[in-house]
Amino acid sequence: MNAFVKDPIQWTDVGAVTDIPIRGSRRVPTADGDIAIFRTGDGRVFALKDRCPHKGGPLSQGIVHGHAVTCPLHNWNVELATGEAMGADRGKGCTPVVPLRVEGGRLFLGRV
Amino acid sequence: MAKEKLVVIGNGMAGCRAVQEVLKRDPGRYEIAIFGAEPRVNYDRIMLSPVLAGEKSFADIVINDEAWYRDNGITLHAGLAVHEIDVARRLIRVASGQAWSYDRLILATGSDPIRLPLPGSDLAGVVTFRDLDDVEAMTAASAIPDSRAVVIGGGLLGIEAAYGLARRGMKATVVHLMDVLMERQLDASAGFLLTEAMLARGVETVLEAQSEEIVGEGGRVKGLKLKDGRVLPCDLLVMSVGIRPNTTLAKAAGLEVGRGVVVDDQMQTSDPNVFAVGECVEHRGQCYGLVAPIWEMCRTLGETLTAGSGAYEGSVLSTRLKVSGVDVFSAGKFGGGEGCEDIVFRDAGRGVYKRIVLEGGKVAGAVLFGDAADGGWYFDLMKSGEDVRGFRETLVFGQAATEGLRGLDPSAAVAAMADTAEVCGCNGVCKGEITGAIAAQGLTTLEGVRAVTKASASCGTCTPLVEKLLKLSIGDAFQEQKGPKPVCGCTHRGHDEVRGRLVTEELKSIPAVMQALEWTTPDGCASCRPALNYYLVCAWPGDYRDDKQSRFVNERVHANIQKDGTYSVVPRMWGGVTSSDELRAIADVVDKFDIPTVKVTGGQRIDLLGVKKDDLPAVWADLNAAGLVSGHAYAKGLRTVKTCVGTDWCRFGTQDSTGLGVRLEKFMWGSWSPAKVKLAVSGCPRNCAEATCKDIGVICVDSGYEIHVGGAAGLHIRGTELLTKVASEDEAVWAICAVMQMYREDGWYLERIYKWMDRVGLDAIRAAVEDPDTRKGLYDRFSYSQRFYRIDPWAERVAGRDSHEFNPLSRRMEFEPA
Repeated sequence: MNAFVKDPIQWTDVGAVTDIPIRGSRRVPTADGDIAIFRTGDGRVFALKDRCPHKGGPLSQGIVHGHAVTCPLHNWNVELATGEAMGADRGKGCTPVVPLRVEGGRLFLGRV
Repeated sequence: MAKEKLVVIGNGMAGCRAVQEVLKRDPGRYEIAIFGAEPRVNYDRIMLSPVLAGEKSFADIVINDEAWYRDNGITLHAGLAVHEIDVARRLIRVASGQAWSYDRLILATGSDPIRLPLPGSDLAGVVTFRDLDDVEAMTAASAIPDSRAVVIGGGLLGIEAAYGLARRGMKATVVHLMDVLMERQLDASAGFLLTEAMLARGVETVLEAQSEEIVGEGGRVKGLKLKDGRVLPCDLLVMSVGIRPNTTLAKAAGLEVGRGVVVDDQMQTSDPNVFAVGECVEHRGQCYGLVAPIWEMCRTLGETLTAGSGAYEGSVLSTRLKVSGVDVFSAGKFGGGEGCEDIVFRDAGRGVYKRIVLEGGKVAGAVLFGDAADGGWYFDLMKSGEDVRGFRETLVFGQAATEGLRGLDPSAAVAAMADTAEVCGCNGVCKGEITGAIAAQGLTTLEGVRAVTKASASCGTCTPLVEKLLKLSIGDAFQEQKGPKPVCGCTHRGHDEVRGRLVTEELKSIPAVMQALEWTTPDGCASCRPALNYYLVCAWPGDYRDDKQSRFVNERVHANIQKDGTYSVVPRMWGGVTSSDELRAIADVVDKFDIPTVKVTGGQRIDLLGVKKDDLPAVWADLNAAGLVSGHAYAKGLRTVKTCVGTDWCRFGTQDSTGLGVRLEKFMWGSWSPAKVKLAVSGCPRNCAEATCKDIGVICVDSGYEIHVGGAAGLHIRGTELLTKVASEDEAVWAICAVMQMYREDGWYLERIYKWMDRVGLDAIRAAVEDPDTRKGLYDRFSYSQRFYRIDPWAERVAGRDSHEFNPLSRRMEFEPA
């Protein structure tokens, strides 16, 4: 009866999964800077702030491999699921993860 | 309670290491300040030789960067020389009179190079080899073409200096007083082999030569005159005849000084609050100039200053030479003597010489030439004084052979090492730190250990030990590097094998290559994917579909990414020639798109910097309209052909250099290659287009065209080598395209032409280009490939291709906070 609970996250439809190239990324500008949405070789999608934890490089422009992306500025590898720097740079920084939902082939970015 | 004040004079290797040793034991005990006369952070002085040789950069040899000082709360006074020590009031003073008090003081003032008091030693161009300023002076001198260097002193440092200068293109000669090079470390046989090896690397040796006078002209060095009357002409003279402990401050402060600052076994000087370490020290009558004893002194001082109980009892020395491809090790009584026995091994084919000296059944010394991998093992046997009579038959064949035959597990010795035992002397990394990092971070490769701990990342001497620790820690999971260097961590196969197999097995996509060659990751990484994409582009022109997701961003969007995420745009100007129409179009674009910076490049082009990504297609559309196409300033491919004005205008021009440059560029543009390729054509040997530092260069002469290859003027400075000479412009084009194609088919990804040439040899390239059939084959394959790649990528994108690259996915959140 009282099943209607308002979702605390506000979701915005930003496009179709297939708009993103496989092993690629697209960006979504916001007032707080760009968000990068990645699509990996196995078809998963991830969203991060488009900002490398190292020197702020645009991660959306990097090469996507496995579930990671290599920043185009200084080759830091960032884990897509957590935003953590990987390998030798692990523990040195983290990029914020952005809520992302896929429904009926559409991508929804969330705002809390 | 206020912390005790620890002041260190000297920001060199010893001073900083001493501080590290203190921090390691009791990080909170002292308030620390370091005074250094050099205006730099702390760097690895023993690695200056590879910097001089162009094999490492300054950044590679920094030990402690600014963050280290900050993170450890150390105040660094760089470029501030201490003037005076007042031991009675426990103060130090700088030139301005400003004073700092201390509770404990460490002197780490190092040593000064000895300058021989020869007539002419004050001439310009006479230097020593001690710090980065010296290296910079030597590098600058070597940049002058056909310049010559003489190095006085055939010791370790002198030889490394001469080798470095020869690598930089100078004709270098070592002048040595004795009849054997490095006579304090090598016997006559090894010394002879070293002389030969240096000659093969372009360094001549003059032995038993006494210097008499440095000859000059106009205040600059011109040559070195020897006692026997010979004059060796030179433009640079390096004195490398030893060091003298720097004791000036200590002496003035009234501390006990002999040859060096006298210390006891706790590194304490004659004043109980003042300590000294490093090359400025005299301990039990001995002064040291090598790194290992200095580390041992610092360790003891660390104990002393944190109420520990260490004692320094002097060091047993070993030496390694840092000259690429010349493996030399020496320790102890290498020359033998009374009561000593020798075991000698020679292999002429491999150029190996080993001599192990035994005394009373124990190793007393060793000298190894050509294969020094077991140096550390002999040194350990020597220090431990183990009785080796039981395995002397196999001793000279090294550790693996000996322990294998004795049925020992070769890893047992490594397993037995204490966690606090130091493995990497350059970076002060002990066994426990390495095994800890391997366990905590799941490291499986040498590269991984280097990246995390810095162990074996400097001189590399301890590499075998680090590999053993990996093997010991993780067993078969350790990916040992055997054979050629793998393309990247995703495969154990090298570039040659990958290139060869994708052709013979007709693999025509990245997934096909990864499957057939058993890649260990699902879709590679940012290193191998661009390499494979290039190899496929090169092998299957017209057939292979370029994988954009495997291209670095610059090649995907056809512009150069800048540090703020904007791009730079460089239109092509054929041969560097432009017109008022083109310049007007560029000016209009700059105004229309509000482009902040316009800059002329080194390759005779105009660079528009700070273009927003979304604007790129519109910028290109306007440039296209004026006939301008992509300059590929972002490509691993043909960049620019620089020219001079040749017979068109120049009164010295011998051929139409501009015309040839334009023709080459119009034929070759758009071609991809392993790394960037820059060309230049000069119309006469005055070489105004600087063709002799390009990947491929042409010097026009009266009788035709000289084709040069393998130059570079970036990270490394290299003059070209003359490849061939041809009579006509057509032949010049054929030869150049043939070299380009050979490099395209054979070069490893990211390997510049000069490195490729070092690997395959100039002779092999010349043989291919001078053989008419081979040349034609190469030229034809290049021409065929160009049918598919001589297209303007900008025009394609103006027409809408890959528009997703430039447009955001959605603008629905543009004005909302994320």
